[in-house]
This record gives sequence, structure tokens and C-alpha cells, in this order.
Amino acid sequence: MRYEVPVTAKEAASLLMKEKGKAFVLAGGTDLLVKMKAGVVAPDLIVDIKAIKGIKEIKKTATGFTIGAAVPCAALDENAALVKAWPGVVEAANLIGSKQVQGRCTMAGNLCNASPAADSVPALIAAGAKVVITSSKGSRKLAVEDVPAGVGRNNLKKGEFITAIELPKRAPKSGDAYLRFIPRTEMDIAVVSCAVNLTIDGKGIITKARVSLGAVAITALLVKEAAKAIIGTKLDDATKAKLADICSAACKPIDDKRGTVEFRTTVAGVLARRAAETAYTRAGGK
Amino acid sequence: MGVHVQTTINGDAVEFACGVDESLLDVLRNRVGLTGAKEGCGTGDCGACSVILDGRLVCSCLVLGAEMNGKSVETIEGMADGNVLHPLQQHFIDGAALQCGVCTPGFLMAAQALLRKNPDPTEEEIRFGLAGNLCRCTGYDKIVRAVQAAAKEMRG
Ligand code: FES
Ligand code: FES
Repeated sequence: MRYEVPVTAKEAASLLMKEKGKAFVLAGGTDLLVKMKAGVVAPDLIVDIKAIKGIKEIKKTATGFTIGAAVPCAALDENAALVKAWPGVVEAANLIGSKQVQGRCTMAGNLCNASPAADSVPALIAAGAKVVITSSKGSRKLAVEDVPAGVGRNNLKKGEFITAIELPKRAPKSGDAYLRFIPRTEMDIAVVSCAVNLTIDGKGIITKARVSLGAVAITALLVKEAAKAIIGTKLDDATKAKLADICSAACKPIDDKRGTVEFRTTVAGVLARRAAETAYTRAGGK
Repeated sequence: MGVHVQTTINGDAVEFACGVDESLLDVLRNRVGLTGAKEGCGTGDCGACSVILDGRLVCSCLVLGAEMNGKSVETIEGMADGNVLHPLQQHFIDGAALQCGVCTPGFLMAAQALLRKNPDPTEEEIRFGLAGNLCRCTGYDKIVRAVQAAAKEMRG
């Protein structure tokens, strides 16, 4: 096993591309090292991307926020502007693992690891976030919902890796929220989760929305019908009931020891309603 | 294949060579002789291996030794000031916040990181802040109270 610390994204991409054996990207390592220990993966090459310039920075840009792929989740809630603009994204990322894990883990890693229960993923999908993917040929962008391909699989090709996550510019009167169900109070994996992101107008009518569910299918879902159901409303009770029904209907969950199909389906609706209420309040709606 | 690393541990320059698959915890315990950080699980679940890496609380079992070049790490061995225990350490002893002691170095590092960020935490904030540390002996209450007492003393 070899270990490389490239200082440019291009160099990292070409190391990943040229490797004949199994190459893995190391950012926070909170998934990779556990898998190595368990013998699930045996890398021939580890490419530590943390020395790449700018990859540990959060930048406020004209088009929103650019969060470097190696920014640890613990750094997100230290950025006041980011917390103000995207509280749902930050609260989701700060639910991953323990404080110790948050000191290392990254949203880009959470996304590439492609667990259906990843906390930050539904929040990023609801936010309309994109990832910047770099290869030796250049870079391309992909919507977050298009990154996971299945349980533990993603749509990145050999030689590609994520260098940043881009959050769009925030319209006034917008809010987002993320909720998950776990049987404990902390340090657990979502049984069901939901993120809602919305914008309202001066009268409190929802003009834009995105709704995403986690842990109820092989990948996190973008539920477009759910967003449609709340757009044009003031999130009255009938709308909330409809939102909950649509979210429950969108679930294709598994039965396992952490939750049955029936439980996950019902709770998805409940969380959608509550996340929408929080997002609406955060947007300034009453 | 080995990696040669120059790093800073508790303010001292340290050099070591290690294998790529060795964790920071392995390096601390087996190559540097600092056995304060403990291996409870090796997979990021128990917090017994907690250290502060470049100002952030991390599980040393989830960091590679190879990553340590140019970094700075604080371990439990650097917590006391010579023979004078840190208020957190003293209050853990005074409040009997440990029994077997295996979890204690990790709790102390996690409490240290918590109090740096939040010098006056509520009980709930302490419990959430220490949720990544498991203790099979004390039942946690005495740990929480020791952290509260130390925080109070440190605020002066
Ligand atoms: S030994 Fe590192 S978290 Fe348990
Ligand atoms: S004192 Fe024994 S595990 Fe905490």
C-alpha cells in the first residue's frame, strides 16, 4: 500500500487515473479507515487530498457557497454566513457520528460513500447543491442527487474525485431543515430522514421548494411531487397532510432490525411535515 | 512500504517511521510510547482514543500515522502542567468520575475540546459533547458533574 499527498487536484486525478490497483481517496477517512480495518477494502494506493490548495476552505461566492471537499463537518457550524443561509444543511452534517467523527468527516465523503442513510445527502439534495468533479481532463458538475448510484456505489468514473460542493445563492425569505428518526438521542444512523428547502413570497406563499427523503430507498430521493404539492400554498394543514401522503407514497424502504417498511413509510410523512414547518418558519413564514 | 513523518506532539517535535496502514493511535502507542490514548474499538465508536489534531477533536484510530506530517497533536500526556493536574483531571479524581479508567483519557480530551469551544456548557451540551465517548463503569453522571465543576473553576 502506498500513500500520496498531491498538492494540486490535477496531480491527484492523474495518480487516481494511473493506478493499476485499487486507489482510494482519503479526506476525513471516517469511512475508509473503518472499511480497511474490517478488511472490506484493501487499497493499493491512498491519495490524501487534504493538501490540495483551497480544498479545506468554505468560500462565499457570487453564486452561493463553495465548500471544499476536505472541509470537516465540524467546520461548517463555525461559519456564521453558511449557518444563516443553509441551517438545514449544517444541522444535517452535524448529526453525522460523534464530535470526534465530525472533526474529520466531510460531506463529499458522506456523499461518495453512498449510504442510503447518509445524513448530509438529503439536505444537500433539497438545497439543490452540485458537486464539482475533477479528473485529469478537467472538471464537470453533477447534481448531488445524481452522485449515488446505489448502496455503496457512486457515479464517479475512474480518475475522478469530488473537489467541492456548491450551494446555490440564497433568495430572500428562504429556509431549509433536516430531520431524522433514530431510536437514540445521538450517535446513530437514520432510520428515516427528510430535508425540505423552500422560498416564500411577501404574503407567505411558497414559491419554490425541494423535498428529499433518506433511508427509504437505495439512494436518497428527490421527491418532486412533494415539492409541487406545497408550492403555491401557505403550508396549511390540508397541504401538510398531502405532503405527508406523497412522501409516504414515495418510499421504497427495506425491513430491517432498525425499522419496518410500515414504520419507515409512516414516519417519512411525519418528518416531511415537521421539516416543512421548520423550513417555513426559518423562511419567515407564519 | 514505510512513511517517514515529522510532526509535533504536545508541543514537541517528533519523528517516526510507520506503515501506511498504521493509525495515529498505533503510532502513538507503539512507536512514540504514549499509551494514554486507548483502543476500545478501533472503528470510531468509543472515543477512548480521542486526541486533538490541529485544534479538532478526533478519534486517533481513524487517522493514519502517515497523515501526521507537519501536523500538531495534543494527547492526554500533555494535559497536566508538569506535576499540576489540569482542573478537568483534578475534578475527575475528586468526583470519582472514573472506575477502571480506560475511557478516561478520551473523556478528558473530549471535555477539553468542548470547554475550549464552549466554556459554560449546559448539562445537555456536555452530554451531547461527550456522546462520542463510551464508559462501561461510571454511568456518566459523575463525569458530567466533574466537567461542570472543572468548567466552573476554569471560568474563575
Ligand atoms: S478506539 Fe478509536 S473510537 Fe474506539
Ligand atoms: S471508567 Fe471504566 S469505562 Fe469508563
